[in-house]
Amino acid sequence: MPELDIVDLSMRFDLPNGSSVQALQDVSLNLKEGELMSVLGPSGCGKTTLLNIVAGFLAPTSGKIELNGHLVKGPDAERGMVFQKGALFEWMNVRENVDFGPRMKGMPKAERDQISGHLLDVVGLQDFKDKAVYELSGGMQQRVALARCLANEPDVILMDEPLGALDALTREKMQGLVLKLWKETGKTIILITHSVEEALLLGERLIVMAPRPGRIHREYNLPFAERGVNADLRDVKKSEGFAEMRDEILSMIWEMEEEIMGRTEQAG
Amino acid sequence: MIVLLFYIGLFGGAFFIVYTLRRGLHARKDFTSLKTVTFGDESAVRADRAASIISVLVIFVIWAAFTGSKLFPIHVPGPFVGDTQFTYTLENADGSTDEATVFVRVPAFGEEAEKFEVEPGSGFAKDDAFAAPAGRSSTILFDKNDEAKRKDGAKIIAINGMPIGPDIKVDTGDGAVRLTGKGAISFTPKQGLQMNPIWLPAPETVVARFFEIASEGYQNFSLWEHLGWSLLRVVAGFVAGALVGIPLGYAMGLSGWFRGWFDPIVEFMRPVPPLALIPLVIIWFGIWETGKIVLLFLAALWIMTIAARAGVSGVNISKIHAAYSLGASKWQIMRYVIMPNSLPEIFTGARVAMGVCWGTVVAAELVAAQKGAGMMIIAASKFQLTDIVIMGIVMIGIIGYGIDILMRKAESWLVPWKGQS
Ligand SMILES: Nc1ncnc2c1ncn2[C@@H]1O[C@H](COP(=O)(O)OP(=O)(O)OP(=O)(O)O)[C@@H](O)[C@H]1O
Ligand SMILES: [Mg+2]
Repeated sequence: MPELDIVDLSMRFDLPNGSSVQALQDVSLNLKEGELMSVLGPSGCGKTTLLNIVAGFLAPTSGKIELNGHLVKGPDAERGMVFQKGALFEWMNVRENVDFGPRMKGMPKAERDQISGHLLDVVGLQDFKDKAVYELSGGMQQRVALARCLANEPDVILMDEPLGALDALTREKMQGLVLKLWKETGKTIILITHSVEEALLLGERLIVMAPRPGRIHREYNLPFAERGVNADLRDVKKSEGFAEMRDEILSMIWEMEEEIMGRTEQAG
Repeated sequence: MIVLLFYIGLFGGAFFIVYTLRRGLHARKDFTSLKTVTFGDESAVRADRAASIISVLVIFVIWAAFTGSKLFPIHVPGPFVGDTQFTYTLENADGSTDEATVFVRVPAFGEEAEKFEVEPGSGFAKDDAFAAPAGRSSTILFDKNDEAKRKDGAKIIAINGMPIGPDIKVDTGDGAVRLTGKGAISFTPKQGLQMNPIWLPAPETVVARFFEIASEGYQNFSLWEHLGWSLLRVVAGFVAGALVGIPLGYAMGLSGWFRGWFDPIVEFMRPVPPLALIPLVIIWFGIWETGKIVLLFLAALWIMTIAARAGVSGVNISKIHAAYSLGASKWQIMRYVIMPNSLPEIFTGARVAMGVCWGTVVAAELVAAQKGAGMMIIAASKFQLTDIVIMGIVMIGIIGYGIDILMRKAESWLVPWKGQS
């Protein structure tokens, strides 16, 4: 029984000037429990739109999404979200951010403290629990965002370029953390990224999307995430098949980008 | 004009002196001093503390110098004060002439000119004694005691031996003499550059007045009652405006119906200055407490509404999305996300509103009040008690400044995350 079922999803934005954008067309996907899927594609191919529909922030023009057999109608605690940046609450300290979800559910303080304490240990921020979030570095803030999402025990975690605003070194460390959390918690995760390497490392499954209309172009099953759980990510990048895979996907995306450029030139 | 030149001179002079003194004394070694591009880089411009201190001092120096203050040794030339005299040559209708002396006594500013007598002397023109007020021209009817009167054809042909006519002025050294249309003497003691205390009293007079009013009160109420009542009205009006404006702003930020309904009203009322509402408010609510508080309420209302609305619209949509995915209800999102997120905007609005209210209350008290800072200065101005007027203005300024400082302190304490996201 598949956990997350995305069926024939289409999304069209009607613009005020009368034209319309087909952001998604007939996208179908199955995600089993505990699967880690990364989504890659040129800018504007509808990745964010897809994630927002799964999260329940947008209703699709046609198609449906089912989670554990029931229809997704709006945002819910069963689907957690990690944003690129700016989604932490500056008026709360680190611990209050992390236990926001349980607090809203009315969980007693002792239990909440246990959850937030454990998660802050996992993301390595125990010493910062009473700090204001704006006093933390970008990488630390993303760790808080991860912990906040996990504290709520969602069935599915949706991440829209969660590491996109970080520098290369921090990013690499955070990739390791995401893999570790995935393995330890066994959550279903969809992760959008612009980095081909990140998509290879953080995806048992990798979806490459194509633009205009936004659709699934190719799908891969990859061994690298499993390898990365126990090994250094730098070694995984040197491991068998990684470089070839990266080059193949890079040139695929390059072709798509070039096609877009050509098309806009003709249109212009 | 002269004051302005003085001020510009001191501005430039102080700049020159301070920078000459500083050069080589100590070079600043912080980050800013390492910037090579400072002209046009706003962040590299810092208020020069020395300039601020000198600026305040300069105001007092000019004030003291132009009012002949006893606290400051250097003064601009004052008006002529004391005894002086000049002679006039009277020509009779038959062509004979005689000289007489006018003794003039000029008392200091603000003192009464006291009458005095002199011996009349000989001849048909007699000596006169005249008490003239300082800095103002006065007419001397010299021929009251003369044997030859103007109506008999006598007229003055010279002052101190210098010829004088309808268009010729004579300088006696301590003042100027002209002839009036009817041939009388018009004497103006030298005015100097100092201010008449009726226009601008010396600083020590104002300070003395402050202590006097602080201990004895003015117009049936103590100084603290006057200021306290103004403050009380401001606080009452502001609190009422905030209590209505903030929820209204939230509603406008959250509901299309509310926004559509109130947008025209808010956008229309926003540019109307509260002072322009005074007449209408007086007609509707009377000029006493109700009217004032309604006026201040209206002054604060639109500012707070707009601030709250901006606070709601300013929330990063990711925060709202995140809160929904964490399972928060609408009410919880209101309470834990939208409200705290809007606090910085609301504080900014509150600071503006308090400033506007403070200015409006003083103006409203000028129109009508039995107590209050504005009432104090308008009442004093009717009796030309300039020292009270100036003291009142200084107190109004200090309190307004104090309110702003308090609001800023409260802001940095209550919303430390302002500007951090
Ligand atoms: N609210 C909206 N109104 C109109 N058009 C929209 C809206 N949101 C997205 N689009 C359009 O839908 C298409 C897909 O947008 P989307 O943000 O999903 O792309 P993306 O793959 O996430 O791009 P990026 O990689 O740059 O984040 C784009 O052409 C965009 O212009
Ligand atoms: Mg996107």
